[in-house]
Amino acid sequence: MKNKHLYIMLLLFSALLPLKAQQIPAQKQTKSILILNATAHLGNGTVIENSAIGFKDGKITLVADATKIRLAAGAYDTTIDASGKHIYPGFIAPNSTLGLVEIDAVKSSDDQEEIGSFNPNVRSVIAYNSESKVVETVRPNGILIAQITPRGGRISGTSSVVQLDAWSWKDAVLKENDGIHLNFPSNFRRSGSWFEPGIVEPNKDYPKQVEEINVFLANAKAYNQTVSKERNIVLEATKALFDGSQTLYIHADEEKQIVDGIQLAVNNQIKKIVIIGGFEAYKSSDLLQKYNVGVLLRRVHDMPTSDDQDVNLPYKMAKLLTDKGILVGLENSGDHERMSTRNLPFLAGTCAAFGLDKEKALQLITSNTAKLLGIDSSCGTLETGKDATLFISEGDALDMRTNKLTAAFIQGRTINLETFQTKLDDKFKAKYNQK
Amino acid sequence: MKKALLLLFFSVFLTKTQAQNYFPVNESVQNKTKNYTVFTNATIYVSPTQKIEKGTLLIQDGKVVAVGNTVSIPKNSITIDLEGKTIYPSFIDIYTSFGIEKPKRNLNPDGDRSPLYDTKRVGYYWNESIRPELNGYETFKYDTAKAEELLKAGFGVVGTHISDGVAQGTGVLVALNNTENSKQIIADKITNHFAFSKSALTNQAYPSSLMGMMALLRQMYLDLDWYKKGNSETKDLSLEALAANEKLVQIFATEDKLNSLRAAKIAKEFGLNYVLKGSGNEFERIEEIKNTKAQFIIPISFPEAYDVSNPYLSNQIELADMLFWNQAPSNLKVLSDNGIVFALTTDKLKKTEDFKVNLLKAIKYGFDKTKALESLTTIPAAILGKSNEIGSLKTGSYANFVITSGEIFDEKTILYENWVQGTKYVVNDITAKDIRGNYDLTIGNDTYKWKIEGTETAPKSDITTVAAVKVNSKFNFSKNWISMVLKPGDTIKSNFTRLTGFVEKPEILSGKAVLSDGSELIWNAKRTSLFTAVKDTAKVEKPNPILPTTYPNVAFGDSKKLTAQTLLFKNATVWTNEKEGILTETDVLIKNGKIAAVGKNLSDPSAVVIDAKGKHITSGIIDEHSHIAISRGVNESGHNSTAEVTIQDVVNSEDINIYRDLAGGVTISQLLHGSANPIGGRSAIVKWKWGAAPDEMLYKNQPKFIKFALGENVKQANWGIQNPTRFPQTRMGVEQVFTDYFQRAKEYDESWKTFNSGSKKGKAPRVDLELQTLAEILNKERFITCHSYIESEILMLMNVAEKFNFRVNTFTHILEGYKVADKMKEHGVGASTFSDWWAYKFEVNDAIPFNGPIMHNAGVVVAYNSDDAEMSRRLNQEAAKAVKYGNISEEEAWKFVTLNPAKLLHIDDKTGSLKVGKDADVVLWSDNPLSIYAKAEKTIIEGVVYFDIEKDAEKQLSIAKERSLLIGQMLQEKNKGASTQKPAKKEKKEYHCDTLEQ
Repeated sequence: MKNKHLYIMLLLFSALLPLKAQQIPAQKQTKSILILNATAHLGNGTVIENSAIGFKDGKITLVADATKIRLAAGAYDTTIDASGKHIYPGFIAPNSTLGLVEIDAVKSSDDQEEIGSFNPNVRSVIAYNSESKVVETVRPNGILIAQITPRGGRISGTSSVVQLDAWSWKDAVLKENDGIHLNFPSNFRRSGSWFEPGIVEPNKDYPKQVEEINVFLANAKAYNQTVSKERNIVLEATKALFDGSQTLYIHADEEKQIVDGIQLAVNNQIKKIVIIGGFEAYKSSDLLQKYNVGVLLRRVHDMPTSDDQDVNLPYKMAKLLTDKGILVGLENSGDHERMSTRNLPFLAGTCAAFGLDKEKALQLITSNTAKLLGIDSSCGTLETGKDATLFISEGDALDMRTNKLTAAFIQGRTINLETFQTKLDDKFKAKYNQK
Repeated sequence: MKKALLLLFFSVFLTKTQAQNYFPVNESVQNKTKNYTVFTNATIYVSPTQKIEKGTLLIQDGKVVAVGNTVSIPKNSITIDLEGKTIYPSFIDIYTSFGIEKPKRNLNPDGDRSPLYDTKRVGYYWNESIRPELNGYETFKYDTAKAEELLKAGFGVVGTHISDGVAQGTGVLVALNNTENSKQIIADKITNHFAFSKSALTNQAYPSSLMGMMALLRQMYLDLDWYKKGNSETKDLSLEALAANEKLVQIFATEDKLNSLRAAKIAKEFGLNYVLKGSGNEFERIEEIKNTKAQFIIPISFPEAYDVSNPYLSNQIELADMLFWNQAPSNLKVLSDNGIVFALTTDKLKKTEDFKVNLLKAIKYGFDKTKALESLTTIPAAILGKSNEIGSLKTGSYANFVITSGEIFDEKTILYENWVQGTKYVVNDITAKDIRGNYDLTIGNDTYKWKIEGTETAPKSDITTVAAVKVNSKFNFSKNWISMVLKPGDTIKSNFTRLTGFVEKPEILSGKAVLSDGSELIWNAKRTSLFTAVKDTAKVEKPNPILPTTYPNVAFGDSKKLTAQTLLFKNATVWTNEKEGILTETDVLIKNGKIAAVGKNLSDPSAVVIDAKGKHITSGIIDEHSHIAISRGVNESGHNSTAEVTIQDVVNSEDINIYRDLAGGVTISQLLHGSANPIGGRSAIVKWKWGAAPDEMLYKNQPKFIKFALGENVKQANWGIQNPTRFPQTRMGVEQVFTDYFQRAKEYDESWKTFNSGSKKGKAPRVDLELQTLAEILNKERFITCHSYIESEILMLMNVAEKFNFRVNTFTHILEGYKVADKMKEHGVGASTFSDWWAYKFEVNDAIPFNGPIMHNAGVVVAYNSDDAEMSRRLNQEAAKAVKYGNISEEEAWKFVTLNPAKLLHIDDKTGSLKVGKDADVVLWSDNPLSIYAKAEKTIIEGVVYFDIEKDAEKQLSIAKERSLLIGQMLQEKNKGASTQKPAKKEKKEYHCDTLEQ
């Protein structure tokens, strides 16, 4: 009756591992940590082969070559030997709906899209579910920060940047209301119906739709010149666009959309502009440079938009833009976007496979994105003074073959890399170990 | 001249009063004559190849009595001298909707739009898209206005039918006789029509896809055979009509060359002779079209050039569409050069007037004029079996002919008259004089310069004073009468002058002028010089150079079909998938489409040697679950079981995703039916031989597979249907569907076994394609790949299978397989799963990326598949996730996308590993194939290099070149004033399991 004992043991074991959402968020860093001998990819293009990375009270205090510095014994409370391993700044997933939807097909779990066209006042962050089961599954692949972004309409709303290990949305916020999202109208429209798809043809209403945006922004700007007694919360929500403290994210893929979108924003004195999508941004790189507009490039693991294009064009896009001096980050919206957030590192890996220098590819999901989201003072690179949001991987984290995290830290807190999925793994491994 | 007019008048009068003698006539008294009409001195084309100069055509009672040079003319003849004119048999268009309104979709005025799974008709076939009992003549209504359009274009006889449904019923043959309605119907039932189109008049869900229509046709013909043998206990008016109309000309309308091949496949299977109505893109697959040995009816509607003036908008037009614009006018030439017999049709033309324009264009692009004439006369007549009545001017034929000023396919030729059944229709006045030229016009004391230009049949006038000041005027010329109004230069004034005059000789025109005060004068105009046509440079321009057709005729196609090579790869890292494991510094020799050797220091003098140092060679990736390259619908969702449909019918060889898959190292895919119903359709296992035709892509002697599905999709959980109407709606119901169908299949199989053994006499059972397919499963001749997610349903299906004494072959998706891996192992089922998908619907909430590794470790054969066109080209990376999440060794992980799917598909005897003697389905990688940094450099199937990264770069350059060349041609076209179409592209569907639409 040996089995019986084992059975009871397992019962106890599984009782200790309740399948509830989210691991317990880690507590504040109390002890300083030093990670030695890993290959550090700083996220700014620099690699330190035998590195020493130290952090205290949530902030990075040391980034150095371990062979070249001497540290006083006990300078750090804990030392982790990461020989043969790699260390990276936490990856950032921009234009994400993590925590806004739990299960795609279950309408009641969906909080990503409001009704109406111009909703700058709609704020994603308050609907962000920090206990989402999806959120905990993206961390073990190195994604530690996300920009939570609403969808739909012409102006879908205001996004915020969060870190992915928190008790609530309030605890999660890194940058609240970082920007407003404009879905630029397309030059094309689809005809036909869902059962008889027609052709894609020029959108006759395009000029009218662009003018609507123009009118809205002009009104918004005028309104915010004074303090109106009759408050308009819609227009009020756009105030920070005009003083440069918020970014206007223009979601656009077509060349003409991008040109029209930038011109329209510039003409309305909007200071910070970022293109999201940007499939044809490489065709208007001069304009992007002129107005210092970066691109959060749409999902790299996607099809070309035309049969005639290089079959690998999406894979090469980041290099094309980077070569033209454009600041590029990667985003992952589209089908299955939340659950596949954990594949964000491999989007960058693909960009490296198709010509981009590996460290530059890393920047696509670290420092470049941090700059584009305006969080680069605290995130995106391994530099002293910044948040200790970083992780250790057994190998190259941009390659699924070697992306295996052994530890991860958000603002110095040692986060739990277990998930409900690892627990199911354990549970059923145990099942098959029962003889 | 007057005499001629009188004669013409007389002949019209005569025909007007002819009617069948038992018809009541309300005009005067019966006035029927046996007079002849004789046309003399004409160039007569008795048929396209029999031409008579200075010939005589004698007709009586609407029929040809005699034709030739030595016709004796009876005394009671009305003679029409056609000196200098030409007579041709008038044209025939078999395929029109003349006089028959296309049924419009106007279902359920009460608003009930829910799909219908059975039928509400009584006494007819069970499927409402099968309507062979309908007859075109019953709804036919002679359309005089449309007839005039056709007469002007030279047509004398047209076939017309109800264009609705899969089996559409019979067509009627109509003479375009605008005068005598009693003679209009030449044959009431002459053709029997079919098409791949669902009836607009039914709410029945089935068939919702092209493959459903293929299966429906097969079942219909099987049922017909069974019914004819008297096996049915019930009456079926549809099948009776089908049987009664078997001897008619069977016409199958298709809208694409691949659909022509599909219809030809049905014809071959059932020994039918379809005349295929094509679409105009036959040239793109001309060899296969030729091999159908079918006769065709071909439209000559050519696409207009795209408006490419806005580069932003024209970016999206695809090369394939631009190429089609460039190449389409050569279709008729290509068909004709390949000896394909075809008739022409006006079908799909925007307006009937375009007929001549387009035909002339086709001729300019090399279509032979005699062939053109044949395809409008003798060939359609022969197709209809009416060569003795129409299509030529042989004695006894209908007097259907056109009179022209010259060679009919010349731009300048004027069509004067179109005679149908001896009845004249005037297109252009044959007596009209050519009054074009420069005249000095005198009205009273005023003189003017008068220039008459334009065409002979529609002259234009331009008047100036002697001092070259323009005089406003309005000019009309008809029946040799000139009428003109000279307008004052100032709108306030009202000093109009009206001129009229009958033209006797164009050298001197004269007539009466009425001045604004009412006084009358005689005007005269003397011709000072003849009209000389301005040489129209645009018109004499050569046709656009035609770009070569590629295989397939889309971007990245090859200029010819590719062939196998002998290839020797030197010093590669070789992933054998055999007990040898991963070999370094090893050579691989490919010869005769097979793997000839794997080893060190290989050599072969005939081989192309490729240095593969630092590179990796593997067997090709096999995607067990793919939905790319499928035409019109991945789901036949019309029934809860559709075992009768097969994806093999609808492989789309022209899909760019094939090439993209090759670029990702994929050589073989199983194209699966979707998961909309518990029992889906049969699969196609294909090798991605880019450029080959659909049937060449099918894996030879492929194991039989069928798709089953469980869970949310089959119970329509996410369909958004408020009031579900299709059983099952729960997992409980799903089990019952399976049990019921398998029980029925078992009984079906037994009834056939009994019948075949001859032990009991009786009527033959009905062949039921659906139950037959399911019986194959019971008899272990067909394997199931079942879409599945959660543990309960996985166990359920294995349970049902065990009860019926067979095994499930593969569970696909199987995201909770890890929970029941032991039971799966016991049952003997394999798993084809996703590496890391989850959270997209409720039933995948417990899906984990450790699923594959757990099942693998439990001894289940595990494959990773795509179910997604994009991921399909990165399956090597998906395999790497087994290493990442499950610590599977790299060697074993690689098998997840190669050998293991080959095993699941039962094709591992031929492919899936690098073993001598197996098919050379091989990929050369730039790096470790599991790495994100690896790129497929060559993808080889049976020794043919279908993707080559260097050739790919060249292809990109040539695409750019062809695009700019074609854009240039189109800009020129627009510049010449041709009408253009909006820059648009056809939307392509990328299918997933649960894509319901076509």
